[in-house]
Amino acid sequence: MPHDGHHHDHDEGSELSPLALRVKALESLLVEKGYVDPEALDVLIDTYETKIGPRNGARVVAKAWADPEFAGWLKRDATAAIASLGYTGRQGEHMVALFNTPETHNMVVCTLCSCYPWPVLGLPPVWYKAMPYRSRAVIEPRQVLSEFGVSVPETREVRVWDSTAEVRYLVIPERPAGTEGWSEEQLAELVTRDSMIGTGLAKQP
Amino acid sequence: MNGPHDMGGFQGFGPVMPEADEPVWHHDWEPRAFALVLAMGMTGSWNIDQARHARERLAPVSYWSSSYYEMRHYALVLQLIELGLITAMEEETGRQAVLPKPVKRVATAEMIPAILSSGSPYGRPSNTAAAFGVGEKVRTLNINPAGHTRLPRYARGHVGEIVTIHGCHAFPDSNAKGEGEDPQWLYTVRFTAKELWGKDAPDSVCLDLWEPYLEVFT
Repeated sequence: MPHDGHHHDHDEGSELSPLALRVKALESLLVEKGYVDPEALDVLIDTYETKIGPRNGARVVAKAWADPEFAGWLKRDATAAIASLGYTGRQGEHMVALFNTPETHNMVVCTLCSCYPWPVLGLPPVWYKAMPYRSRAVIEPRQVLSEFGVSVPETREVRVWDSTAEVRYLVIPERPAGTEGWSEEQLAELVTRDSMIGTGLAKQP
Repeated sequence: MNGPHDMGGFQGFGPVMPEADEPVWHHDWEPRAFALVLAMGMTGSWNIDQARHARERLAPVSYWSSSYYEMRHYALVLQLIELGLITAMEEETGRQAVLPKPVKRVATAEMIPAILSSGSPYGRPSNTAAAFGVGEKVRTLNINPAGHTRLPRYARGHVGEIVTIHGCHAFPDSNAKGEGEDPQWLYTVRFTAKELWGKDAPDSVCLDLWEPYLEVFT
Protein backbone atom coordinates (compact mmCIF):
# COMPACT_ATOMS: atom_id res chain seq x y z
CA MET A 1 0.00 0.00 0.00
CA PRO A 2 1.16 3.57 -0.49
CA HIS A 3 3.33 4.65 2.36
CA ASP A 4 4.18 8.06 3.63
CA GLY A 5 7.03 8.84 1.33
CA HIS A 6 9.76 8.36 3.91
CA HIS A 7 11.07 5.15 2.45
CA HIS A 8 13.83 6.67 0.39
CA ASP A 9 16.53 4.27 -0.38
CA HIS A 10 19.79 4.79 1.42
CA ASP A 11 23.20 3.56 0.40
CA GLU A 12 23.04 -0.15 0.36
CA GLY A 13 25.72 -1.52 2.60
CA SER A 14 25.45 -4.93 4.20
CA GLU A 15 21.90 -4.20 5.33
CA LEU A 16 18.99 -3.77 2.97
CA SER A 17 17.05 -0.50 3.03
CA PRO A 18 13.40 -0.64 4.17
CA LEU A 19 12.29 -0.29 0.56
CA ALA A 20 14.63 -3.05 -0.66
CA LEU A 21 13.16 -5.31 2.03
CA ARG A 22 9.61 -4.51 0.94
CA VAL A 23 10.37 -5.28 -2.71
CA LYS A 24 12.04 -8.53 -1.70
CA ALA A 25 9.08 -9.46 0.50
CA LEU A 26 6.63 -8.72 -2.30
CA GLU A 27 8.60 -10.84 -4.74
CA SER A 28 8.59 -13.83 -2.32
CA LEU A 29 4.87 -13.40 -1.77
CA LEU A 30 3.98 -13.17 -5.47
CA VAL A 31 6.17 -16.17 -6.28
CA GLU A 32 4.64 -18.16 -3.40
CA LYS A 33 1.17 -17.32 -4.71
CA GLY A 34 2.18 -18.52 -8.16
CA TYR A 35 1.45 -15.20 -9.89
CA VAL A 36 4.97 -14.72 -11.18
CA ASP A 37 7.75 -17.00 -12.36
CA PRO A 38 11.07 -15.89 -10.81
CA GLU A 39 12.93 -16.92 -13.96
CA ALA A 40 10.62 -14.70 -16.01
CA LEU A 41 11.69 -11.79 -13.81
CA ASP A 42 15.33 -12.54 -14.64
CA VAL A 43 14.56 -12.57 -18.37
CA LEU A 44 12.69 -9.26 -18.13
CA ILE A 45 15.59 -7.62 -16.33
CA ASP A 46 18.20 -9.03 -18.69
CA THR A 47 16.21 -7.87 -21.73
CA TYR A 48 16.19 -4.22 -20.68
CA GLU A 49 19.70 -4.33 -19.24
CA THR A 50 21.49 -5.86 -22.18
CA LYS A 51 19.31 -6.23 -25.29
CA ILE A 52 17.16 -3.14 -25.70
CA GLY A 53 18.72 0.32 -25.57
CA PRO A 54 19.47 3.48 -27.53
CA ARG A 55 21.86 1.71 -29.91
CA ASN A 56 18.71 0.39 -31.58
CA GLY A 57 17.41 3.90 -32.20
CA ALA A 58 20.83 5.06 -33.38
CA ARG A 59 20.70 2.40 -36.07
CA VAL A 60 17.30 3.68 -37.20
CA VAL A 61 18.59 7.26 -37.39
CA ALA A 62 21.79 6.32 -39.20
CA LYS A 63 19.82 4.36 -41.79
CA ALA A 64 17.44 7.30 -42.26
CA TRP A 65 20.45 9.57 -42.89
CA ALA A 66 22.12 7.18 -45.31
CA ASP A 67 19.11 5.83 -47.18
CA PRO A 68 16.52 8.33 -48.52
CA GLU A 69 14.11 5.52 -49.33
CA PHE A 70 14.19 4.32 -45.72
CA ALA A 71 13.79 7.92 -44.51
CA GLY A 72 10.66 8.24 -46.65
CA TRP A 73 9.26 5.01 -45.24
CA LEU A 74 10.03 6.21 -41.72
CA LYS A 75 8.07 9.40 -42.41
CA ARG A 76 5.06 7.53 -43.80
CA ASP A 77 4.96 4.51 -41.47
CA ALA A 78 7.56 4.57 -38.73
CA THR A 79 6.18 1.47 -36.99
CA ALA A 80 6.73 -0.69 -40.10
CA ALA A 81 10.06 0.90 -41.07
CA ILE A 82 11.45 0.40 -37.55
CA ALA A 83 10.06 -3.14 -37.39
CA SER A 84 12.01 -3.96 -40.55
CA LEU A 85 15.17 -3.55 -38.44
CA GLY A 86 13.79 -5.91 -35.81
CA TYR A 87 12.63 -3.38 -33.22
CA THR A 88 9.03 -4.00 -32.24
CA GLY A 89 6.72 -4.49 -29.32
CA ARG A 90 6.02 -3.18 -25.88
CA GLN A 91 5.94 0.64 -25.70
CA GLY A 92 6.66 0.89 -29.41
CA GLU A 93 3.43 -0.41 -30.90
CA HIS A 94 2.60 2.89 -32.65
CA MET A 95 5.74 4.74 -33.69
CA VAL A 96 6.09 8.20 -35.23
CA ALA A 97 9.45 9.63 -36.39
CA LEU A 98 9.93 13.38 -35.95
CA PHE A 99 12.49 14.82 -38.36
CA ASN A 100 14.35 17.89 -37.15
CA THR A 101 14.74 20.52 -39.85
CA PRO A 102 16.15 24.06 -40.09
CA GLU A 103 12.57 25.22 -39.29
CA THR A 104 11.65 22.85 -36.46
CA HIS A 105 13.38 21.31 -33.46
CA ASN A 106 11.37 18.43 -31.95
CA MET A 107 11.49 17.38 -28.32
CA VAL A 108 9.55 14.60 -26.57
CA VAL A 109 8.06 14.43 -23.07
CA CYS A 110 5.36 12.58 -21.18
CA THR A 111 3.85 15.05 -18.72
CA LEU A 112 1.32 12.53 -17.34
CA CYS A 113 3.58 9.53 -16.72
CA SER A 114 6.73 8.24 -18.39
CA CYS A 115 5.81 7.12 -21.92
CA TYR A 116 8.96 6.45 -23.93
CA PRO A 117 9.75 4.33 -27.03
CA TRP A 118 11.32 1.31 -25.32
CA PRO A 119 12.14 -0.84 -28.40
CA VAL A 120 14.37 1.89 -29.87
CA LEU A 121 15.64 3.73 -26.76
CA GLY A 122 15.38 1.22 -23.90
CA LEU A 123 14.16 2.34 -20.48
CA PRO A 124 14.03 6.10 -19.94
CA PRO A 125 16.69 7.90 -17.90
CA VAL A 126 15.79 9.13 -14.42
CA TRP A 127 15.54 12.79 -15.49
CA TYR A 128 12.96 11.95 -18.18
CA LYS A 129 10.64 10.45 -15.53
CA ALA A 130 11.35 13.10 -12.90
CA MET A 131 9.17 16.09 -12.04
CA PRO A 132 11.42 18.91 -13.33
CA TYR A 133 11.47 17.64 -16.92
CA ARG A 134 7.83 16.55 -16.96
CA SER A 135 6.64 19.89 -15.59
CA ARG A 136 8.89 22.24 -17.52
CA ALA A 137 9.34 20.74 -21.01
CA VAL A 138 5.97 22.06 -22.20
CA ILE A 139 6.03 25.52 -20.59
CA GLU A 140 9.69 26.48 -20.98
CA PRO A 141 11.30 24.12 -23.48
CA ARG A 142 14.10 26.52 -24.39
CA GLN A 143 15.25 26.86 -20.78
CA VAL A 144 15.18 23.08 -20.41
CA LEU A 145 17.18 22.71 -23.62
CA SER A 146 19.73 25.23 -22.37
CA GLU A 147 20.27 23.03 -19.30
CA PHE A 148 21.26 20.29 -21.74
CA GLY A 149 23.58 22.73 -23.49
CA VAL A 150 21.31 23.05 -26.52
CA SER A 151 20.51 26.46 -27.95
CA VAL A 152 17.85 26.66 -30.66
CA PRO A 153 17.78 29.82 -32.80
CA GLU A 154 14.87 32.18 -32.01
CA THR A 155 13.57 31.80 -35.56
CA ARG A 156 13.26 28.02 -35.27
CA GLU A 157 10.15 26.48 -33.73
CA VAL A 158 10.65 24.22 -30.74
CA ARG A 159 7.86 21.68 -31.10
CA VAL A 160 7.26 19.66 -27.93
CA TRP A 161 5.44 16.32 -28.24
CA ASP A 162 3.56 15.31 -25.10
CA SER A 163 3.03 11.53 -25.32
CA THR A 164 -0.53 11.45 -24.02
CA ALA A 165 -1.66 8.32 -25.94
CA GLU A 166 0.05 5.06 -26.97
CA VAL A 167 1.86 6.73 -29.87
CA ARG A 168 5.61 6.82 -29.20
CA TYR A 169 7.94 9.39 -30.73
CA LEU A 170 11.51 9.09 -31.99
CA VAL A 171 13.32 12.30 -32.94
CA ILE A 172 15.51 12.07 -36.03
CA PRO A 173 18.22 14.68 -35.43
CA GLU A 174 19.74 16.61 -38.31
CA ARG A 175 22.66 14.88 -39.95
CA PRO A 176 25.92 16.63 -39.08
CA ALA A 177 27.81 18.30 -41.93
CA GLY A 178 31.03 16.68 -43.04
CA THR A 179 29.72 13.12 -42.89
CA GLU A 180 29.21 12.62 -46.62
CA GLY A 181 29.95 9.08 -47.65
CA TRP A 182 30.05 7.71 -44.10
CA SER A 183 28.78 4.19 -43.51
CA GLU A 184 25.68 3.58 -41.38
CA GLU A 185 27.89 2.12 -38.66
CA GLN A 186 30.01 5.28 -38.59
CA LEU A 187 26.95 7.52 -38.62
CA ALA A 188 25.31 5.61 -35.76
CA GLU A 189 28.26 6.55 -33.53
CA LEU A 190 27.18 10.20 -33.80
CA VAL A 191 23.63 9.52 -32.60
CA THR A 192 23.18 10.04 -28.86
CA ARG A 193 20.17 8.98 -26.83
CA ASP A 194 19.36 12.59 -25.99
CA SER A 195 19.43 13.56 -29.66
CA MET A 196 16.61 11.05 -30.21
CA ILE A 197 14.56 12.54 -27.34
CA GLY A 198 15.27 16.02 -28.66
CA THR A 199 17.21 17.25 -25.64
CA GLY A 200 20.45 16.91 -27.56
CA LEU A 201 21.90 17.17 -31.05
CA ALA A 202 23.87 14.61 -32.98
CA LYS A 203 27.62 14.67 -32.26
CA GLN A 204 29.82 16.56 -34.69
CA PRO A 205 32.37 14.45 -36.54
CA MET B 1 -8.49 13.29 -12.22
CA ASN B 2 -6.60 16.43 -11.28
CA GLY B 3 -3.94 14.33 -9.55
CA PRO B 4 -0.25 14.69 -8.76
CA HIS B 5 0.71 13.01 -12.05
CA ASP B 6 -0.57 15.91 -14.18
CA MET B 7 2.75 17.76 -14.19
CA GLY B 8 2.69 19.87 -17.37
CA GLY B 9 3.28 23.55 -16.57
CA PHE B 10 3.99 23.10 -12.86
CA GLN B 11 6.69 25.44 -11.58
CA GLY B 12 9.10 25.05 -8.69
CA PHE B 13 10.48 21.54 -9.21
CA GLY B 14 13.96 22.83 -9.96
CA PRO B 15 16.42 22.13 -12.74
CA VAL B 16 16.56 18.99 -14.86
CA MET B 17 19.46 16.87 -13.63
CA PRO B 18 20.92 14.77 -16.44
CA GLU B 19 23.43 12.17 -15.29
CA ALA B 20 26.44 11.37 -17.46
CA ASP B 21 26.75 7.70 -18.43
CA GLU B 22 23.64 6.87 -16.46
CA PRO B 23 23.30 3.19 -15.47
CA VAL B 24 20.02 1.36 -16.17
CA TRP B 25 19.47 0.86 -12.42
CA HIS B 26 20.57 2.90 -9.41
CA HIS B 27 19.79 0.40 -6.63
CA ASP B 28 19.74 -3.39 -6.45
CA TRP B 29 16.01 -3.50 -5.74
CA GLU B 30 15.03 -1.44 -8.81
CA PRO B 31 15.27 -4.20 -11.44
CA ARG B 32 13.26 -6.53 -9.19
CA ALA B 33 10.57 -3.88 -8.59
CA PHE B 34 10.44 -3.11 -12.33
CA ALA B 35 10.16 -6.78 -13.29
CA LEU B 36 7.41 -7.39 -10.72
CA VAL B 37 5.34 -4.56 -12.21
CA LEU B 38 5.75 -6.00 -15.72
CA ALA B 39 5.18 -9.61 -14.73
CA MET B 40 2.05 -8.79 -12.73
CA GLY B 41 0.79 -6.75 -15.70
CA MET B 42 1.18 -9.89 -17.81
CA THR B 43 -1.27 -11.78 -15.57
CA GLY B 44 -4.02 -9.77 -17.28
CA SER B 45 -5.46 -8.58 -13.96
CA TRP B 46 -5.67 -4.97 -15.18
CA ASN B 47 -5.19 -2.92 -18.34
CA ILE B 48 -2.65 -0.15 -18.95
CA ASP B 49 -5.11 2.62 -18.10
CA GLN B 50 -6.06 1.00 -14.80
CA ALA B 51 -2.36 0.71 -13.95
CA ARG B 52 -1.82 4.40 -14.75
CA HIS B 53 -4.85 5.40 -12.72
CA ALA B 54 -3.51 3.49 -9.69
CA ARG B 55 -0.35 5.63 -9.81
CA GLU B 56 -2.43 8.79 -10.12
CA ARG B 57 -4.37 7.87 -6.99
CA LEU B 58 -1.29 7.73 -4.78
CA ALA B 59 -1.17 10.51 -2.19
CA PRO B 60 0.40 13.58 -3.87
CA VAL B 61 3.13 13.91 -1.25
CA SER B 62 4.08 10.26 -1.80
CA TYR B 63 3.95 10.59 -5.59
CA TRP B 64 6.18 13.65 -5.65
CA SER B 65 8.71 12.53 -3.06
CA SER B 66 9.19 8.96 -4.28
CA SER B 67 11.71 7.85 -6.83
CA TYR B 68 10.17 6.42 -10.01
CA TYR B 69 10.51 2.72 -9.21
CA GLU B 70 9.44 3.38 -5.62
CA MET B 71 6.26 5.01 -6.88
CA ARG B 72 5.65 2.10 -9.26
CA HIS B 73 6.06 -0.32 -6.36
CA TYR B 74 3.49 1.50 -4.21
CA ALA B 75 1.00 1.61 -7.08
CA LEU B 76 1.49 -2.11 -7.74
CA VAL B 77 0.81 -2.92 -4.09
CA LEU B 78 -2.28 -0.71 -4.15
CA GLN B 79 -3.66 -2.61 -7.16
CA LEU B 80 -2.83 -6.03 -5.73
CA ILE B 81 -4.64 -5.26 -2.48
CA GLU B 82 -7.63 -3.61 -4.18
CA LEU B 83 -8.14 -6.65 -6.40
CA GLY B 84 -7.72 -9.07 -3.52
CA LEU B 85 -4.69 -10.72 -5.11
CA ILE B 86 -2.85 -10.15 -1.83
CA THR B 87 -3.86 -8.76 1.55
CA ALA B 88 -2.31 -5.84 3.42
CA MET B 89 -1.14 -8.28 6.10
CA GLU B 90 0.56 -10.48 3.49
CA GLU B 91 2.28 -7.41 2.08
CA GLU B 92 3.67 -6.67 5.55
CA THR B 93 4.97 -10.18 6.18
CA GLY B 94 5.84 -11.32 2.65
CA ARG B 95 4.15 -14.65 3.46
CA GLN B 96 1.00 -16.14 2.01
CA ALA B 97 -1.90 -16.21 4.48
CA VAL B 98 -4.82 -16.76 2.12
CA LEU B 99 -5.02 -18.86 -1.01
CA PRO B 100 -4.15 -17.11 -4.31
CA LYS B 101 -6.89 -15.95 -6.65
CA PRO B 102 -6.86 -17.35 -10.18
CA VAL B 103 -5.20 -15.10 -12.78
CA LYS B 104 -5.58 -15.24 -16.55
CA ARG B 105 -1.95 -16.00 -17.29
CA VAL B 106 1.38 -16.56 -15.60
CA ALA B 107 4.19 -15.64 -17.97
CA THR B 108 7.07 -18.11 -17.91
CA ALA B 109 10.63 -17.20 -18.85
CA GLU B 110 10.15 -18.83 -22.26
CA MET B 111 7.09 -16.69 -22.99
CA ILE B 112 8.71 -13.32 -22.22
CA PRO B 113 10.53 -12.60 -25.51
CA ALA B 114 7.37 -13.16 -27.57
CA ILE B 115 5.20 -11.12 -25.19
CA LEU B 116 7.61 -8.19 -25.27
CA SER B 117 8.21 -8.23 -29.01
CA SER B 118 4.52 -8.43 -29.90
CA GLY B 119 3.44 -5.75 -27.40
CA SER B 120 -0.18 -4.66 -27.13
CA PRO B 121 -1.31 -2.52 -30.07
CA TYR B 122 -4.14 -0.15 -29.14
CA GLY B 123 -5.43 0.66 -32.63
CA ARG B 124 -9.00 -0.58 -33.19
CA PRO B 125 -11.29 -0.84 -36.21
CA SER B 126 -13.63 2.10 -36.66
CA ASN B 127 -17.26 2.08 -37.65
CA THR B 128 -17.69 5.85 -37.74
CA ALA B 129 -16.05 8.57 -39.79
CA ALA B 130 -13.53 10.87 -38.11
CA ALA B 131 -15.24 14.10 -37.06
CA PHE B 132 -12.22 16.28 -37.79
CA GLY B 133 -9.79 16.62 -40.66
CA VAL B 134 -6.13 17.61 -40.82
CA GLY B 135 -5.77 21.40 -40.65
CA GLU B 136 -9.07 21.88 -38.86
CA LYS B 137 -9.23 24.02 -35.73
CA VAL B 138 -10.63 22.38 -32.59
CA ARG B 139 -11.13 23.41 -29.00
CA THR B 140 -10.47 21.05 -26.11
CA LEU B 141 -13.25 20.67 -23.59
CA ASN B 142 -12.94 22.04 -20.10
CA ILE B 143 -13.42 18.77 -18.23
CA ASN B 144 -12.43 17.78 -14.70
CA PRO B 145 -13.40 14.12 -14.36
CA ALA B 146 -12.80 12.35 -11.05
CA GLY B 147 -11.59 9.31 -13.02
CA HIS B 148 -8.70 8.77 -15.41
CA THR B 149 -8.23 11.04 -18.42
CA ARG B 150 -5.37 11.76 -20.80
CA LEU B 151 -6.33 15.36 -21.41
CA PRO B 152 -3.87 17.25 -19.18
CA ARG B 153 -5.05 20.33 -17.27
CA TYR B 154 -2.75 22.66 -19.16
CA ALA B 155 -4.40 21.76 -22.47
CA ARG B 156 -8.06 22.10 -21.46
CA GLY B 157 -10.22 24.80 -23.01
CA HIS B 158 -7.63 25.67 -25.65
CA VAL B 159 -7.74 25.98 -29.42
CA GLY B 160 -5.40 23.89 -31.54
CA GLU B 161 -5.07 22.47 -35.02
CA ILE B 162 -5.35 18.83 -36.06
CA VAL B 163 -2.02 17.67 -37.53
CA THR B 164 -2.47 13.88 -37.70
CA ILE B 165 -5.31 11.36 -37.60
CA HIS B 166 -4.11 8.11 -36.02
CA GLY B 167 -7.27 6.02 -36.46
CA CYS B 168 -9.35 4.67 -33.59
CA HIS B 169 -7.63 3.74 -30.34
CA ALA B 170 -8.89 2.32 -27.04
CA PHE B 171 -10.26 5.22 -24.98
CA PRO B 172 -8.44 5.49 -21.62
CA ASP B 173 -11.25 7.33 -19.81
CA SER B 174 -13.51 4.31 -20.30
CA ASN B 175 -10.85 1.59 -20.19
CA ALA B 176 -9.54 2.73 -16.81
CA LYS B 177 -12.99 2.22 -15.29
CA GLY B 178 -13.17 -1.33 -16.62
CA GLU B 179 -16.08 -0.24 -18.79
CA GLY B 180 -14.57 -1.50 -22.02
CA GLU B 181 -12.27 0.05 -24.60
CA ASP B 182 -14.92 2.20 -26.28
CA PRO B 183 -12.52 2.99 -29.20
CA GLN B 184 -12.46 6.61 -30.32
CA TRP B 185 -10.68 8.55 -33.05
CA LEU B 186 -7.25 9.70 -31.95
CA TYR B 187 -5.64 12.88 -33.29
CA THR B 188 -2.43 14.78 -32.80
CA VAL B 189 -3.38 18.38 -32.06
CA ARG B 190 -0.88 21.25 -32.16
CA PHE B 191 -1.25 24.23 -29.81
CA THR B 192 0.90 27.34 -30.03
CA ALA B 193 2.91 28.52 -27.01
CA LYS B 194 0.91 31.76 -27.28
CA GLU B 195 -2.36 29.84 -26.90
CA LEU B 196 -1.23 27.65 -23.99
CA TRP B 197 1.08 29.96 -22.07
CA GLY B 198 0.52 33.45 -23.44
CA LYS B 199 4.09 33.48 -24.71
CA ASP B 200 5.41 35.27 -27.75
CA ALA B 201 7.54 32.45 -29.06
CA PRO B 202 7.45 30.46 -32.30
CA ASP B 203 7.09 27.31 -30.21
CA SER B 204 4.26 24.81 -29.87
CA VAL B 205 3.10 21.68 -28.06
CA CYS B 206 1.53 18.66 -29.77
CA LEU B 207 -0.70 16.27 -27.82
CA ASP B 208 -2.43 13.04 -28.80
CA LEU B 209 -6.10 13.56 -28.00
CA TRP B 210 -9.21 11.42 -28.46
CA GLU B 211 -12.28 12.80 -30.21
CA PRO B 212 -14.45 13.04 -27.05
CA TYR B 213 -11.97 15.65 -25.71
CA LEU B 214 -12.54 17.94 -28.72
CA GLU B 215 -15.17 20.22 -30.17
CA VAL B 216 -15.36 22.20 -33.39
CA PHE B 217 -13.90 25.67 -33.20
CA THR B 218 -15.38 28.24 -35.57
